[in-house]
Order: sequence, then C-alpha cells, then structure tokens
Amino acid sequence: MTQDPNSRPRLAPGCRLNEKTQQPRVLLMPERALRLNGPSLEIVERCDGKHTVQQIISDLQRIYSRAEPERVEKDILGYLDLLKNERALEFE
Amino acid sequence: MNGTVSHPLALVAEITHRCPLHCVYCSNPLKLSGRVRELSTSAWSRVLGEAGKLGVLQVDFTGGEPLARPDLVGLVRAARSAGLYASLITSGTPLDEKRLDELVKAGLDHLQLSFQGAREEIADEIAGTKAHAQKLRVAEWVKRRRIALTLNFVIHRRNLERLEEMVELTKAIAPSRVEFAHVQYYGWAFANREALLPTRGQLDRSLEILKRAEEELRGRIRVEYVVPDYYAKYPKACMGGWGRKIMLITPAGEALPCHAAKVIPGLTFENVEARPLREIWEDSGAFRKFRGEEWMQEPCRTCDRRAQDFGGCRCQALLLAGDAAATDPVCSLSPQRPRVDAILTEVNAAPLAPASSKIEWLYRTNPA
Repeated sequence: MTQDPNSRPRLAPGCRLNEKTQQPRVLLMPERALRLNGPSLEIVERCDGKHTVQQIISDLQRIYSRAEPERVEKDILGYLDLLKNERALEFE
Repeated sequence: MNGTVSHPLALVAEITHRCPLHCVYCSNPLKLSGRVRELSTSAWSRVLGEAGKLGVLQVDFTGGEPLARPDLVGLVRAARSAGLYASLITSGTPLDEKRLDELVKAGLDHLQLSFQGAREEIADEIAGTKAHAQKLRVAEWVKRRRIALTLNFVIHRRNLERLEEMVELTKAIAPSRVEFAHVQYYGWAFANREALLPTRGQLDRSLEILKRAEEELRGRIRVEYVVPDYYAKYPKACMGGWGRKIMLITPAGEALPCHAAKVIPGLTFENVEARPLREIWEDSGAFRKFRGEEWMQEPCRTCDRRAQDFGGCRCQALLLAGDAAATDPVCSLSPQRPRVDAILTEVNAAPLAPASSKIEWLYRTNPA
C-alpha cells in the first residue's frame, strides 16, 4: 500500500509519544504501546502534520546514509502503513 | 522460570465501586467497596506519581463508574504530571460538556465508552437504568474533541442477534477504536451466566460478522474482539500473565494482580497506603503467588504453551474447578474441561428467549 508522497502524516487523537525524558521512548495509544528505537522513533517524531512522506523518506535516507535508499523508502512506507492500520496516523 | 517484567506496564485504577448503572454482566466483585473506604485524592496522586517513576506507561481510570468521583479531573491531571497516558473507562454518566472539556484540558488522552446494545430498549434493560441516550450524546461530544474514542459493546446471548446494528452504529459514530467484548464470567456475569452465554450458533455467526467488519474498517477504525473462552480450545493469557504486566488498585487501595483475585482464598493483598508500589509489585505474596512456573500443575507444568498462556486464568480455575493453581478448565487439555462442556451443553439446549420475554436478571447493586 503506498502513501501519497506529498501527504503529511500526523499522529491521530489520543496517540502520542511519551515524554522525551522517559526511557524507553514509546508511542502510546488506546490500550497499546509501541516501543520505538532508532528509525521508528525518527519516523514517528516527523509525523507532525508538517513533514511530507517524501521529506520523511529523504531525512531518513540522509540519516541512515549507509543503508540502501530503496530499502529505507520501503521500510518507511511499510512502517507508515503499520501505523495507519493501528489507527495511529491521520494524513493531511 | 518465566522472567517477570521488572515493573507493571499498566495500572488499572479502580477509583470507586459506586456506579449509576446496574449492568448484569459487571465484573466487579459481588461484595463492593463502600464510599467511606475510598482512597483520598492525595493518596491517588501519590500512587500515580510512584507509578510514573516505576515506568508504568498507562493508567485506566475505572470502577464502578469513575465519573462518580468529583475529583476525577484532578486525578487525570496528576496522571499526566506523573508521565502516564490517561484513559477513562466509563458509561458516560454523569457527564456534561463542561466537565468533558475540563477532563480534556487536564490531559485526558482517551475515553472508552461502554454500550450495552445498539437500541435503547435492550441497552437500558441490561444496564438496569436509562443510560443509552446519554452515551450517544457523549460519543458526539468526544468526537468534536481531540482525544481518542473507543466504543466498547458488551455482547452476549441477549443482544447478539443485533450485532450488525452495533456495527452500523459504530460506523455512524466513527470512533478511533471499537471493542466487541463477549462477556467474561466473573462477578455479576458469573451469577447471570446462563442468561448471558451465547449458543455456539450465535458465537460462530458473531465471529463472521466481526471478521468482516474488521477487514472493512481497517485503517479507519481499529476493531477488536474478545471471544468467550468457554468456547475456545486454549485459555487466554489472562492479564498477560499473573503479576507480569498489570497492577490493579481497588477503591480502598488494595493492590491486586487482576480484578477478580479476591475470590482466591489464602492471598493477602497489600495496601498502597502501607507500602511503596515497587515493593508491592516485586515482593508481595499475592503478586508472587502465581509468577514463574513452580506453582503449575500438570498438564501446564510440561506444556509447550505454558509460556504463551501461563495456564490461563487463576480466578477462573478457582471459580470452575475449586483450585486456583489448576489448569484453567476452559483449556481442552484440562481434566476439568467436562465441567465447561456441561455448562455449554445446557446453554445450547436451552432455546433463545424471544426478545420480548422478561429475564430474571441479578442486577448489580451499589455499595453501601
């Protein structure tokens, strides 16, 4: 399932990160919590209604420059899809 | 031995047993905690602070009816200050928009609204009072605010014929999440179980409907459903395992591994006013009682599934087999499974009561 690269994902109501000071970092939702590390945290932090899907991909390709860009893109789209199915994201 | 989580991940804060409804399936104990014994606001605030420091992620404010506590807004604020995600598990009564706004302003993340049916008549019969119309109002108010909304439809023999209508109502309201929860047989539900247990036909049909709804609504509404384990082959991993993920605190401040644990004789429950939360979790007899595997009997003791379902539910083992350390009798491998089969045989032999008939329910009372 592909997302529109120009759409801007943001966390849905009642879905939010725990505090920056709390470890581990977790995405909190109704009766569910997703532990975030490295790439998943970088993605969720950019789901702010301002970054487009394409910008998220570009940012992470830059951060994870050693990884194959196509792989990064595929992983990000897959993760956004997962979050969408968890009903954790809205797309503007 | 199973590793235990070093701290609970979720706190179930049963802040009162008072409730304006009288649901016939209520899982509260038959013996309810009176108002005079409820923990104070400051005691709850301290407990929430401890929970946050311990690494607990989420708190569910529940009861009884948590809205019955006038200090609820302050408790939500305390939960957020403690770094917790705050959910309110409620019937939606008593509530107005002003109070809802205060709750949202205090940082409420999520409201889970119970529904006893899709139609007022059956819903109010199950709740033992007029409640349905208010729930519809509350759902609309919550939708206009930026918090998550879950609808929780409690389903059973008496309302399963109208499951499709509940799905339609869900689509009309469009919450973030919907849970179709088959009744689980504790407390008042256990007392009313013959009138609540569905037939196999009803159950199979309901699973088809819910599977279709889940597929249809994927990405729009998170659909969850729990099957009555009497009809399952293997037991549920109750609470994610005894003393593994969840701590429940009763209105009087007792720390329990689950809401039904008081049915088990020989357990002493410690009070959060007498001992720090961390110590109770790690060290209290009640929490340690069924951790690990040493307590297990056969077939659990050598079963391949023991790290998956932990032998099922201790309270259910007590209720159905008279022994809290026994394999949960719903398990097909339990020597006590025939007891469950006998209940199901009766339930499936009895004809479905027509919608117009009057059931002699045992209604949940209010505490003194």
